[in-house]
Amino acid sequence: MDSLITHSPALIVALPLVAAFAIPLISRAGPRVRNTFSLVIFGLITFLVAILAMDVHSVGIHVYTFGATAAELALPGGYTVPVRIMFEVDGMSIFMGLIITIVTLAALIYSLHFLKGQTGQARFYSLMMLLYAGMMGLAFTGDMFNLFVFLEIASIAGAGLAAYRTNMADAVEGGFKYIVISAVSALLVLFAIGILYAQYNVLSIAALGYYMQYTTLDMMALGLLGGAFLMKLAAVPLHMWAPDIYTVAPAGITPMIYTSSAAAMYALYRVTFTLYGSAIDTTTIGWVVIILGVLSMFVGVMMAVHQTDIKRMMAYHAISQEGYMLLGVGVGLAVLADPGALASYGRDAISGGIFHIINNALYKGMLFLTAEAIFFRIGTRDLNRMGGLGHRMKWTAGFFIIGALAISGIPPFNGFASKLLIYESVLRFNPILSVIAMFVSLVTLASFTKVFYSAFTGPEMPAYKEVKEVPKSMIIGMAILAACIIFFGIFPGLVVNTIVAPATDALINQASYINAVMGAVP
Amino acid sequence: MMEHIPLNFPFLAAALLAGVAFYIIIFKRNLIKLIMGIALLASAVNLFLVALGYRAGGNAPIYTDVPEGLMVLPVPQALTLTSIVINVAVLALMLTMVVHIYRHTGDIDAKESRRLKG
Amino acid sequence: MLTKIVRTVANQLILFILIFGLYVIAHGHLTPGGGFQGGAVIVSGVVMLLVAFNSKELKKSLRERLLSIMESTGALILIGLAFAGIGTVFAYNFLVGSPIFGRIPPTGPNPGDIWTGGFIPLMNLAVGLKVAAGLSAVVLAMALFSSGEEMEE
Repeated sequence: MDSLITHSPALIVALPLVAAFAIPLISRAGPRVRNTFSLVIFGLITFLVAILAMDVHSVGIHVYTFGATAAELALPGGYTVPVRIMFEVDGMSIFMGLIITIVTLAALIYSLHFLKGQTGQARFYSLMMLLYAGMMGLAFTGDMFNLFVFLEIASIAGAGLAAYRTNMADAVEGGFKYIVISAVSALLVLFAIGILYAQYNVLSIAALGYYMQYTTLDMMALGLLGGAFLMKLAAVPLHMWAPDIYTVAPAGITPMIYTSSAAAMYALYRVTFTLYGSAIDTTTIGWVVIILGVLSMFVGVMMAVHQTDIKRMMAYHAISQEGYMLLGVGVGLAVLADPGALASYGRDAISGGIFHIINNALYKGMLFLTAEAIFFRIGTRDLNRMGGLGHRMKWTAGFFIIGALAISGIPPFNGFASKLLIYESVLRFNPILSVIAMFVSLVTLASFTKVFYSAFTGPEMPAYKEVKEVPKSMIIGMAILAACIIFFGIFPGLVVNTIVAPATDALINQASYINAVMGAVP
Repeated sequence: MMEHIPLNFPFLAAALLAGVAFYIIIFKRNLIKLIMGIALLASAVNLFLVALGYRAGGNAPIYTDVPEGLMVLPVPQALTLTSIVINVAVLALMLTMVVHIYRHTGDIDAKESRRLKG
Repeated sequence: MLTKIVRTVANQLILFILIFGLYVIAHGHLTPGGGFQGGAVIVSGVVMLLVAFNSKELKKSLRERLLSIMESTGALILIGLAFAGIGTVFAYNFLVGSPIFGRIPPTGPNPGDIWTGGFIPLMNLAVGLKVAAGLSAVVLAMALFSSGEEMEE
């Protein structure tokens, strides 16, 4: 069991790759064999993630060096810098790992029933495993170039999955926009990695953090990295691609595309907090992140209010919620150098921002599933043509209410817990930002009330008299997410202390990340 | 003759290529030209990576029958190889998508073939 | 379908291109080259055949099923070799010191010994197989796509 825990970072990324390449061979034996194989392998991977999470929270940072004579041997005898590719799993990495695993498990189970009748299913599951491997590698890596490679793997697999239904023209267009944006952003990341390597001759994140002196070229590299990750994240000036792809992706894939953006957000935090960390003037950078977060919140919700396509509206809300995360962590970044402010409200701001990532994954996932359920039954996404569905689709309406209340931040759902953390801490930093955040919440509630009114209430339309509820498996998928939302809302303290607080500590504490690799180097 | 080329020349060339590539990506509407712009940006970044490994008077970093002396840095060459492989995959994917878009809409102009708006 | 001269020359040349591609793959740990580069050389040979013959003709010889199996096998051999050293660490070079590819090369300039390198030459062969199959499938699919057909599942 101990050796399983030691090797688990590598196994968690290698097993999905094995599955991705074996599924085209195995699916020759029939669809049932392939589905069972995917579920078994993914169950094994979920178990490995769970035991790794328990170990990281109790013991500390896990370092895994590929190809050395022992897994933790980052600096073999005589070396002062790490030369091998490394995975370094700390609290923040395993937090992202847990989110990615939960979302992929839900997407896998949902897709098993959703894809009946489509061709090319073997490649769908293969690409889903590749996307999972790419995102987990991005979360676990301790090496800058490895970050680039896994970022590209996740982008290519995500674009292939989003454009899966090639018989629909707009699906291919959405996927095309996604791959263009991802390719440009990844090339900018590679440019910045080149600049950093030319200066310090190391590629490992811990070693770069150790040797970092903030020269002009490093400023350029930070600008390029920040710009590239913000492009991938759909922060506001560069958000044009996001609504298109959320609208056209198949039902299980939309939460995974959102998780891919969250992984890019993790990479942004890893670069600013750990790679640059104490060497930069965090106040300026923090304010840039805060301004972009506020812009995203505001523009996202304003564009969402007048949409008529239900999934496109939810996509704009996803952009707006990402603004909350950027705001929370931006406030924490701005006060990073000030220990008093950090202890009193900075840490809570970062916790709120990070907690919001997992909350957003849960309720946005559920809202997208309800929109897909409606589309599954009546074949249209246009709000002007819907009406009176609440009479027939009672379960879907119920889950929609839960999701809408959670996203607006109404107690007792989980949105309230993370938004309260953000409001309180941002209020002490700058009251205006908190007021803007609360205003955006109100407008979110208003737009979801509009959708509920036009889609679910009202007289039953004659065209939809025969509409039944969606199949049991979809209801089970939505019910699992709803149960998590209610649980996180009623016991937020439990969640924050168990998984969010270690992540916050891991981000703030740059020294422990560096020491785990560089050891006792003076 | 080699001494008269300034040492910054490859970096200037990479910056020029990147500038042209960004101009194409932002301002051109034909989808095939957009893909060419991305390929050009990839070439600029690859050139930058290989050029930063150069050491004056160095040989290729291969031990088989190499003359004595300095060697250029091998790590950026490995990074460039990986980047080339990834870009092959990305370009193949983008070209396939453009063929699908052409089949559906009959047009490869970005403005005319746009269906998702708002 | 081009003229008879072109088809005959292409039929003769493909052998040399394949051998050169295999040379680049096999000597990847000594001279410039390796898995991807050799695989790309082999694919350029396939493209030459595609240009000389019709894509529909080539589809009869290069079936999609064969390419898919070759590609998956290459990838599984690659990951299998990495897993074989899991007793120590994932991707540990367990063949160093053993008689297959296990000799230690001398330091400094030397006239290259092909039996060195551990599992790197084996990984090169696996990657070469995968790249040749994968890129051939991509090129063939695009050629068929443009002429209006689809590749079968």
